[in-house]
Amino acid sequence: MRAAKVLLFVAWIAVLAATPFFADNNIVRTAIMLAMYSVLAYSWNFIGGFTGYPSFATAAFFGLGCYAGAIVEHAGVPMALAWIAATVFVALFAAVLGAIVLRLRGHYFAIGSIAIVEVCRLVVSSWSSLTGGGNGLNVPLLMWHPNTVAMFFLYVMLGLLAIVFAITVFVDNHRLGFGLKCIRQNEDAADMVGVNTTRYKVIAFVLSAFLCGTAGAVYASWVGYIDPTDSFQILLTVKVPVMTLLGGAGTVLGPAIGTAAFVVLEEFFWANFLSWNRAILGLIIVFLIFFLPGGLLNTSFRRVVRRLRGRESAGASA
Amino acid sequence: MSDYLRLENVSKTFGGIRAVNDVSFALKQGEIVGLIGPNGAGKTTLVNVITGVHPASLGRVIFQGEEVTRQKPFQAARRGLARTFQIVQPFPEMTVLDNVAAGALFGGSPEGLAEAREHAHRHLAFVGLDPIADQPAASLTLPNRKRLELAKSLAMNPKVLMLDEVNAGLNTGEIDTALDLIRRISERGITILLIEHLMKVVMSVSQRLLVLHHGALIAEGEPQKVVNDQHVVEAYLGEKFAKRLKEMGHA
Repeated sequence: MRAAKVLLFVAWIAVLAATPFFADNNIVRTAIMLAMYSVLAYSWNFIGGFTGYPSFATAAFFGLGCYAGAIVEHAGVPMALAWIAATVFVALFAAVLGAIVLRLRGHYFAIGSIAIVEVCRLVVSSWSSLTGGGNGLNVPLLMWHPNTVAMFFLYVMLGLLAIVFAITVFVDNHRLGFGLKCIRQNEDAADMVGVNTTRYKVIAFVLSAFLCGTAGAVYASWVGYIDPTDSFQILLTVKVPVMTLLGGAGTVLGPAIGTAAFVVLEEFFWANFLSWNRAILGLIIVFLIFFLPGGLLNTSFRRVVRRLRGRESAGASA
Repeated sequence: MSDYLRLENVSKTFGGIRAVNDVSFALKQGEIVGLIGPNGAGKTTLVNVITGVHPASLGRVIFQGEEVTRQKPFQAARRGLARTFQIVQPFPEMTVLDNVAAGALFGGSPEGLAEAREHAHRHLAFVGLDPIADQPAASLTLPNRKRLELAKSLAMNPKVLMLDEVNAGLNTGEIDTALDLIRRISERGITILLIEHLMKVVMSVSQRLLVLHHGALIAEGEPQKVVNDQHVVEAYLGEKFAKRLKEMGHA
């Protein structure tokens, strides 16, 4: 069962990796975004899926990663080292912050995590001497052929995705994952059976953060210019949990499936209903809550089909 | 045998309320001690103090010669101070088996998940839940949830087991089964602190009784002696009725 999941995932990575060879630039760009969002969704899955803490801090980690990477790279540090620096910085940030905000539970935690995004955005936009403030920051561009650049960033993002997936599979089969599931279902009882809940939650929070930082730094290098509103998007912080929930929170394949479904839908709506696409995002959220509370993977489609059939036959007999 | 778990002048205050007031007692290895007292006497608070959920405001808790007053609940669990909850606390979406495996994995000796599940099967067989090991915990009936709670705490390899009202809400037949389980657990050398409302249960298995009233320990000793103690009768019935009862008895 586990092997099948891993195989499916590898096949999916292979499809995305092959896009530069058969598809146009727009598709390759979408594939990069897809890989990036998958990294964010898998990251969120650790805290929101396994642990059941509804974090909205993804945009904060992503944005800080953007800026940490850009600032370090701006200072003349090689790109790859800048990415690592951003990763370490965001991981430390999450560890310190997690020890504080994870004392909150449920709605309070959710609101606290939204506040983190806003505070980060305000600090970054006010600290002009370091971050360029509202003017944003330029990042040195790669002087390669555009197609090579796109291919390079696609493979970097896919590499990150492979890393986060490997961590997910490991956590899922390890006592850490078991403990996190215990916390999700009943934190007091988890404490009582000997789970060090504080430590486990902080680990989950750091896992949910550090690769968002890397993805942010890679994104900054890719697009070449960042500003506070683009890096700390409140919409991003909503989108990522929705993607994970759409696929199935707390599962190994859910984030990949959810992200793929969401990005494809989003591209479709962007292309066809330019001024309506945010309203449509809202509709997807509502639909999700009412009809697929467990996500695509946790829904028993057999039961749905049976129910539909049952209704039909009942209608026929009436 | 020396004292296994000892409480020295333990008090716990919540704001102005003194829920546990200067309580001292000791438990020896392998004994079954009943902790009784009217509603709100502070019995559950006392368990919370011992397991670190609400650390004592004053006084010390000593377990196997080590001071553990300030421990966290998960540390208590790993030291072997296990408890069950008055209101059962399962992991609802997990199977019965995994609920117990959680106890073995985190509270017991560190081992892999597969090994923990193996242990869990043994404990489930002991309490009689093995046939429904694969059902989700949320689907269990109340008596079975109580048994699950028991199996979960047993899987933690406890040295002291605090059973908070494990028999509440059970019928007579179910209580007899539960009592039998408690005796068999005690035979393994596990110290049991039995918190209970039902006098029949306490009287039949306890070797010693502790009586708590308004947070203070008002009597301690052999069950028969304790239940005839003037203070205890007054605590349960109120002074007026206690007096009337005494007069009736003498009349």
